[in-house]
Amino acid sequence: MVTFTFSVNDENGLHARPAGLLVKEAMKCKSAVTLKKGGKSGDAKKIFNVMGLAVKHGDVVTVEVDGITEQEDADSLKKYIEENL
Amino acid sequence: MRILKGTGVCGGIAFGKLYLFSKTEKTVKRTHVEDTESEISRFEKAQQEALEQLEALHDKALAEVGEANAMIFEIHQMMLCDEDYLNSIRSIISDQGINAETAVAVTADNFAEMFSSMDDEYMKERAADVKDISERVIGILSGTGNVGTDYSEPVIIAAEDLAPSETVQLDKSKILAFVTEKGSSNSHTSILARTMNIPAVVGVEGLMEGNDGMKDAIVDGGTGTIYIEPDETTVSQMREKREDDIRRREMLDRLKNVNPVTKDGQEILLYANIGTPDDLPLVYANGGQGVGLFRSEFIYLESDHYPTEDEQFAVYKKSLEKMAGKRVVIRTLDIGADKQVDYFDMPKEENPAMGVRAIRICLNRPEIFRTQLRALLRASAYGKLAIMFPMITSVDEVKRIKAIVEDVKSELRSEEIKFDENIELGIMIETPAAAIVSDRLAKEVDFFSVGTNDLTQYTLAIDRQNSEAEKFCDTHHESILRFIKIAADNAHANGIWIGICGELGADISLTEFFLSIGIDELSVSPGKIPELKNKVIETDVTAVKGRVGEYLKY
Repeated sequence: MVTFTFSVNDENGLHARPAGLLVKEAMKCKSAVTLKKGGKSGDAKKIFNVMGLAVKHGDVVTVEVDGITEQEDADSLKKYIEENL
Repeated sequence: MRILKGTGVCGGIAFGKLYLFSKTEKTVKRTHVEDTESEISRFEKAQQEALEQLEALHDKALAEVGEANAMIFEIHQMMLCDEDYLNSIRSIISDQGINAETAVAVTADNFAEMFSSMDDEYMKERAADVKDISERVIGILSGTGNVGTDYSEPVIIAAEDLAPSETVQLDKSKILAFVTEKGSSNSHTSILARTMNIPAVVGVEGLMEGNDGMKDAIVDGGTGTIYIEPDETTVSQMREKREDDIRRREMLDRLKNVNPVTKDGQEILLYANIGTPDDLPLVYANGGQGVGLFRSEFIYLESDHYPTEDEQFAVYKKSLEKMAGKRVVIRTLDIGADKQVDYFDMPKEENPAMGVRAIRICLNRPEIFRTQLRALLRASAYGKLAIMFPMITSVDEVKRIKAIVEDVKSELRSEEIKFDENIELGIMIETPAAAIVSDRLAKEVDFFSVGTNDLTQYTLAIDRQNSEAEKFCDTHHESILRFIKIAADNAHANGIWIGICGELGADISLTEFFLSIGIDELSVSPGKIPELKNKVIETDVTAVKGRVGEYLKY
């Protein structure tokens, strides 16, 4: 399993648009992708799960990528998040 | 005449008939089904059809209102493909043996409830999205079509609330304004209204109760007021207001891409004063060339703890990125006096305006200062940042500040954190002391910015908060103008630039004076930029330069 963290800069947090972008990107991964914030966790490929985490501006989110292609999936996801969220 | 109040989310005034947009309530009848397998596939077919409709809406929105607004239909498609949502519907059908319509409605309620219970305004709005997609599926299942519109003239759309799929289906050329009973400034209607730049008011209580369909109305998006069947006086007042509004907008459009250069070719920079990053779009909208005063206090005032370096860094970085290489002057913490923050735990002072405020707090408590400087310097790698220090009275203070800045810089270097090595450091000229010794101060810094509000208060010994004393306040007092002239001459003699960021900067009766003494930059609230720019381009400095003595009473 590969993990990394990112913090959300958008003042509205991980609202509809960025949540949608993240889900779209996570769907491209073969690995299972889990988001963790505080005590909660959710499947990054499910929009309701991601929105349900209620990630706010400044929150730090941990991403867990698990699967055969976990390293490359984590790398591309991290790059995408840094550039787009 | 009926007057209703709400929250204005997009300014402007519209006259027209009120079109009541009412949803055909889809009542779902609960029925028992035997063959749950085929009921599930009936649902899946409806889901596929809904996805196709959403795809079409997405394309329509993309063409009409742009990618940012169209994205919501992509989100809707994702929601409609969400495994948890689908599984909930399937299992309600198979476990309880009930019809697909009911299963969708129950699931929609459960998911909407999850959003409604969040303590986040933006997320609460998402409950409407879940209901919107679910109603679409129910509509397809039960064969009831979508809502239609039957107006041929442009109208004011009034609704309880508008779902994104409803707003996109409206004929945009026939909408004069949006008025809704529910909604917030984050709702789709608001976002859409701002994209289309038409007046919009949300949160209007009692809007749908009056049975006011097709009655004449006026919407004032600026004040958030709706006048239904307005009387003569209101009509003529609002007409006038609308004309003013249009004139202002025209001036703005005309001047937006014009550079502030006087008739005889003297240039001046017109920057904006802002209090939070939310004001940044206004800077662009009014043609600001940069930010001349970014008050960093809001980060401290809105927080319940000392803002961390990372919290501050994120805000500064984002603001610089939004200004895309234009200069942003951020003033370091300026609290004390009239701005107090609980967790700073400052002792009560007899005379706070002359007490421990602004830079004095920073020099007394260097740990707070260093945190802000680190965040600022780190952010400087992402745009053109200038740092400005408030409440300066002496050269010694500036030397101490510069030593701390240098120390923080070498700390960052040793940590291999990038920052702008040539970052500009400037000071506010807002005390008589600073103005008088500006010849020495100019040798220490890269720029001056005159804070005329405090400079006036300290020069004339008049409390800004005391309305009785204010009667004695002559804002054009020659002492203040002389101080500005002294600072300007000293700045230019030492090759640095000088700006004005106080209220006097926006006073167009002084623009000729400021241009005559060679002020390089004026920073005013964003909305005042167009008027000021108009004044600048109409001025011939060569012709008015001789009048400087009149202002200074020499």
